[in-house]
Amino acid sequence: MLADKDRIFTNVYGYQPWNLDAAMRRGDWDATKKLMEIGQDAIIDRVKASGLRGRGGAGFPTGVKWGFMPKEPKPERPNFLVINADESEPGSCKDREIIRHDPHKLIEGALIAGFAMRARAAYIYIRGEYIREAETLFAAIAEAYAKGLIGKNACGSGYDFDVFAHRGAGAYICGEETAMLESLEGKKGQPRLKPPFPAGAGLYGCPTTVNNVESIAVVPTILRRSPEWFSSFGRENNKGTKLFQISGHVEKPCVVEEAMSIPFRELIEKHCGGIRGGWDNLLAVIPGGSSVPLVPASQIIDAPMDFDGLKEVGSGLGTAAVIVMDKSTDIVRAISRISYFYKHESCGQCTPCREGTGWMWRVMERMRTGDADISEIDTLHQVTKQVEGHTICALGDAAAWPIQGLIRHFRPEMERRIREKQGGGVAPMQEAAE
Amino acid sequence: MPKLTVDGIEVEVPQGATVLQACEAAGKEIPRFCYHERLSIAGNCRMCLVEVKPGPPKPQASCALPAADNQEVRTDSAMVKAAREGVMEFLLINHPLDCPICDQGGECDLQDQTMAYGRGMSRYTENKRAVTEKYMGPIVKTVMTRCIQCTRCVRFAEEVAGVEEIGAIYRGENMQITSYLEKAVTSELSGNVVDLCPVGALTSKPYAFEARPWELKKTLAIDVMDAVGTNIRLDSRGRQVLRALPRVNEDVNEEWAHDKTRHHVDGLVRRRLDKPYVRRDGRLVPASWDEAFAAIAEVAATAGSGVAAIAGDMVDCETMFAAKKLVEGFGSSLLEGRQTGLAYDVRDLGAVAFNTTIVGIEDADVILLVGSNLRWEAPLINTRVRKALKKGAKVFAIGPEVDLTYKATWLGNDLSLLGDLPSVAANAFEKAERPAVVVGPGALKHGQGAALALATLLNLVREGWNGFNVVHTAAARMGGLMLGYAQPGGIADIVAAAPKLAFFLGADEVDFEAFAGSFKVYVGHHGDMGAHHADVILPAASYAEKPGTYVNLEGRVQFSERAVFAPGDARDDWSILRALSDVLGRPLPFDDFAGVRRAMIAEVPALGREGLAGYGWNPPSLGTQASGEIAYPVADFYLTNAICRASPTMQRCSAELVHGEDFAEAAE
Repeated sequence: MLADKDRIFTNVYGYQPWNLDAAMRRGDWDATKKLMEIGQDAIIDRVKASGLRGRGGAGFPTGVKWGFMPKEPKPERPNFLVINADESEPGSCKDREIIRHDPHKLIEGALIAGFAMRARAAYIYIRGEYIREAETLFAAIAEAYAKGLIGKNACGSGYDFDVFAHRGAGAYICGEETAMLESLEGKKGQPRLKPPFPAGAGLYGCPTTVNNVESIAVVPTILRRSPEWFSSFGRENNKGTKLFQISGHVEKPCVVEEAMSIPFRELIEKHCGGIRGGWDNLLAVIPGGSSVPLVPASQIIDAPMDFDGLKEVGSGLGTAAVIVMDKSTDIVRAISRISYFYKHESCGQCTPCREGTGWMWRVMERMRTGDADISEIDTLHQVTKQVEGHTICALGDAAAWPIQGLIRHFRPEMERRIREKQGGGVAPMQEAAE
Repeated sequence: MPKLTVDGIEVEVPQGATVLQACEAAGKEIPRFCYHERLSIAGNCRMCLVEVKPGPPKPQASCALPAADNQEVRTDSAMVKAAREGVMEFLLINHPLDCPICDQGGECDLQDQTMAYGRGMSRYTENKRAVTEKYMGPIVKTVMTRCIQCTRCVRFAEEVAGVEEIGAIYRGENMQITSYLEKAVTSELSGNVVDLCPVGALTSKPYAFEARPWELKKTLAIDVMDAVGTNIRLDSRGRQVLRALPRVNEDVNEEWAHDKTRHHVDGLVRRRLDKPYVRRDGRLVPASWDEAFAAIAEVAATAGSGVAAIAGDMVDCETMFAAKKLVEGFGSSLLEGRQTGLAYDVRDLGAVAFNTTIVGIEDADVILLVGSNLRWEAPLINTRVRKALKKGAKVFAIGPEVDLTYKATWLGNDLSLLGDLPSVAANAFEKAERPAVVVGPGALKHGQGAALALATLLNLVREGWNGFNVVHTAAARMGGLMLGYAQPGGIADIVAAAPKLAFFLGADEVDFEAFAGSFKVYVGHHGDMGAHHADVILPAASYAEKPGTYVNLEGRVQFSERAVFAPGDARDDWSILRALSDVLGRPLPFDDFAGVRRAMIAEVPALGREGLAGYGWNPPSLGTQASGEIAYPVADFYLTNAICRASPTMQRCSAELVHGEDFAEAAE
């Protein structure tokens, strides 16, 4: 279990105020100028050395991503940092806790990360539904400006850096990095074709890096406590600490910072008071937010909660939004509801996702009630395969994977419903016509 | 120059080419819906997926992927076949199976590609989506249930037409293409979205349920609605032209045509002159050809050399040549084509031509429009100027402010500005490498000398570049000027000569009161102003009903074919003049169309060669003083000539788009 002294987010539960005075007492904004004096490339090297992988879901090494930015931006094409706070993945709620209780970690991180990647400004794109959180964020940014921590000559470092907060309007797809850029530019939130990648041509055509809130917020602490400290947690290639958000059928759902690679059983026992009804009552877990395939109880219990460990069981860490389902769950209905979510949130730009998500949801609804044919399970699986990997952005994949996970692990349950609806038992043998 | 292999075939493509273009270079067909050569890349239909190594282990959209060295592209692998079948199935699940009542049937990309790449059956048993129709104006009929959201129309409106009035609303499977507030799209180019639409979502409203594409005879023709010389294809069935579509000609119209070109064709069967008329006791009464000819002969006998010919805006060179020979037979040279009274110096045709060429104006870096509302006078040149602007050109304009669909710096509305160019424009021209001036008909009469002075002052003519351009609005203009249809003082000279006998060759915009003393013979095809004032009407053929030569405003000679025959007793113009010449006792020296053309080419050899005539550059020295306000001659884009004035579609467009009338749509 992670010791209290090793926690980065010391106010994640809001026992202390979020404001600047309290944040400074917790150690934020402490000699930020000194951190910046390390040098831009040195900061990137240290973040690389820490092994920090992006906390938004894909797990791309953060330092490497920063390294893609032009080292000498032209004045007419400045670099930009965009911070993705459009946390809309069902199950995820870590960015929300960071912004409402520890916003200065994010703003300080924005300054340091923006400085390291030679960015002119950071845009924080916050989810539209996060109303109070947005208010906190606006207030925190105002505090930081008032104290000269950001803006002209930020923290007395001689570096000019602005932070803008921008509220979304409630579209899940705007959490996709290029759709977010479109939305920031005032256009319809639809993902862009890649290439060009944002590091080449992003916001307003300028080089841009899009990072998750958590990825940015941990950076100041990594620099203060050394990359070695950060990489002392977790397995090789899965370093650091992580905010886990456990919801569903556990005794005490919670958001908790833990070391990466903590076994699932330990995570639940230590922080959530165990599974409702005991471990034998566990049915399945969606370990990384609604877009990753579910993992049945037998495979998840001793799996390490990290990028590679969950990949091995056919799922992914995603945002570490752990959705726990016990045996009272109607698993087909649960996945059908997720299908509805993706059908509702598809932007409609490219064909497979626009047409496929609706089709998959409709078939899933019939699977839920059993009004289907057994052969349709295979058809459904093929449809998910026709969507997966054929779309502009990853929403198509995200819509396909939960269904693929369901069919992989719960096909007998789906077949049972269909048989029962058709009159129970085995279908009568057909007589051949003479 | 990346080198890559497509299905094992090695190809080399230009830098910046896409994988899709590389596949085409290798002779492989890549199915596509959203991709279009002249629009930006959307990459949203996902039909063009191919397998590319090196790359992720999933198919890639070839339209958006840059070709790179050593790529191995497969278009024939199992993965690609499955991907195409998958996308095809998705496109079809919500597409209605109403092909039998769909106007796109037979020329539908979705139909064709389903046959080629589809699975042949559907596994989708749910209900299909239905979408309400969206009003897009008098030209475009919408059946939005058929839409596959390729967004070609959206991109066309924004990028080529320059009106941001089509867009997508809602998201996911509810995404819908609509016009802004479901109002008519206010573009003269709106009809092009019908051609762009790969399915039957946007079809031609005037052509709705008229014919199937395989029933139509296709004739290659040249458009006469303006002086651009758009290359068109006339689709006809029986004796009626049912529609006009643009052909691809990169030098002239790319593959666009404006709405007047496309939809004037219903005017070809209305208000037609189908028998000769003779005025008796102040009234026009039907007559036989003999009676009509006799009436003319009676006047001709005493006319002496007082015979004139006025050419209209849409006549072909052969007609003008035959009339010229007829007039010359009387010892007269009273020929004029600028019927509205426009007059300018035509001693050097280079000084009144579009010298950058239409495609060349795209390369200009500073453009000055002088008295030219390009959007109405030559919409397809306007799109080229838009393209130049996208490449970084600056556009200045002198004249009454109008919306040209792009940002122009308006310098004012007075010709005196030509002699005293504001510094903002002068500075820009100083730095320009390929400067261009475009003189419109609004400035030509009083500003020709001043504009030509600019050519020297701004150094418009330099090595490999002639930036002096004149825009004409009549398809017959340049051909007429080449045949000598110009008096130094314009039509006023003809009026002053007071000819006894005047032939009006499809000329409807003349001030006929000035010809009160003349015996007026109207040789034309529509019962418009010319016929109204005529003493004798000889029914002739419209451009669709005769072969002919046309010269566009850059001096490009183009040949047009006959699509259908003229109605009733109407005949080809040249044969009418030939028959008349016999009656008048001055027979013309040709007996068939080939003969007319031979004689014409013998006299003006340039008219025998398709392509740019090449006028050279010897501008006359004229007075450089000019002042006065500019007025654009085109008052209503949709009603500029007799054919479109007879067309219900054009009348409706005019009423709705120019005069802002509201039309209620009948419920179906």
